[in-house]
Amino acid sequence: MSDKPDWKMLTLVGEDRPGIVSRVTNKLFEVGANLGEASMMRLGANFTIMMMVDYAGDGEQLQRLVAPVADDLGLRVHVDAVAAHLHRHVEPDCMITVYGADQAGIVARVTGALAEAGLNILELESDVGGTEKRPLYVMSIQGVASEGMEPLQAALDGLAELDVDVSLRPVETLRG
Amino acid sequence: MAVRDIVLYPDERLKAECAPVEVFDEALAELARDLEDTRQVGPGAVGIAAPQIGVLQRVCIVDCSTTRKPTPNNGHLVLVNPEVLEWEGLVSGREGCLSIPDYTGNVVRAEKVRVRSQTVVGETFEIESEGFEARAIQHEIDHLDGILFLDRLVSRRTDLFRRKVYQKGGKKRPAESKKTG
Ligand SMILES: [Zn+2]
Repeated sequence: MSDKPDWKMLTLVGEDRPGIVSRVTNKLFEVGANLGEASMMRLGANFTIMMMVDYAGDGEQLQRLVAPVADDLGLRVHVDAVAAHLHRHVEPDCMITVYGADQAGIVARVTGALAEAGLNILELESDVGGTEKRPLYVMSIQGVASEGMEPLQAALDGLAELDVDVSLRPVETLRG
Repeated sequence: MAVRDIVLYPDERLKAECAPVEVFDEALAELARDLEDTRQVGPGAVGIAAPQIGVLQRVCIVDCSTTRKPTPNNGHLVLVNPEVLEWEGLVSGREGCLSIPDYTGNVVRAEKVRVRSQTVVGETFEIESEGFEARAIQHEIDHLDGILFLDRLVSRRTDLFRRKVYQKGGKKRPAESKKTG
């Protein structure tokens, strides 16, 4: 590993198929790149990768190196040079779960109200289950309540007309 | 006052099964004091186990009496040869470890436990514990068996829904029945 990491954010998106993760990460290993934090998941029959990559060359070089594998797998590639750091995790102190019948604007309404009440979102996962006729929308958020839990609860209570089930709970991290 | 170095992952001592304490002497009392001194300097640590300072004996400390948010607790606990006799309920919660800096993750633990243990002078006692303290006790007993919370990680997507659910309009719903083990 180089002394001072040179982080790029590498994004790959394409139709899901077997072997994407192993082939992409193998290529990165071959060219001497190191991986940092990453999120890889299937979204709507696509596979998505967002990954911190420590690579000594510039972004275009990295993109060129990954391109053959990506083309082969039908993935679009995007590389950004970013100012990134490892070992800077921020602990969530609350978690919000929202579910209900799919409805336009739920994410915007809920996150808007929470942002105003001081929530900094660290992670948001949302998914749609159910059937096409009766979709079920599930969202889970982990974040930091910068102004405490009370304003968040008040904000959620104010969303009654949305007709969704909402729960807010503290996350107390045990250290031992 | 003896603050000892925390053993950090990766270190094989964290994976070792610790030996039961058979001699309740001054050395044991000193080990308990060192553990406590070391816990005190760990940032916000509610527990510590002997292997975390490199001693492979079944001794740990749990103290949830001074958490930022008050939680039911049995005070300052020095546990020698502790064992879980009974447990009930499962609940997911976030854990970190003095031996594993800058990483936390979700772990499913029993919600309530009944524990039998000995004191530093060898007296046997039993306690019942729930919630955050029960989690801490399980985390520390795991250390005595060479198990880290990393061995028990669950993903958020499989996280269990909690009992307290705010219904449409923000009304609190009565507690749902718990799973029991
Ligand atoms: Zn630990």
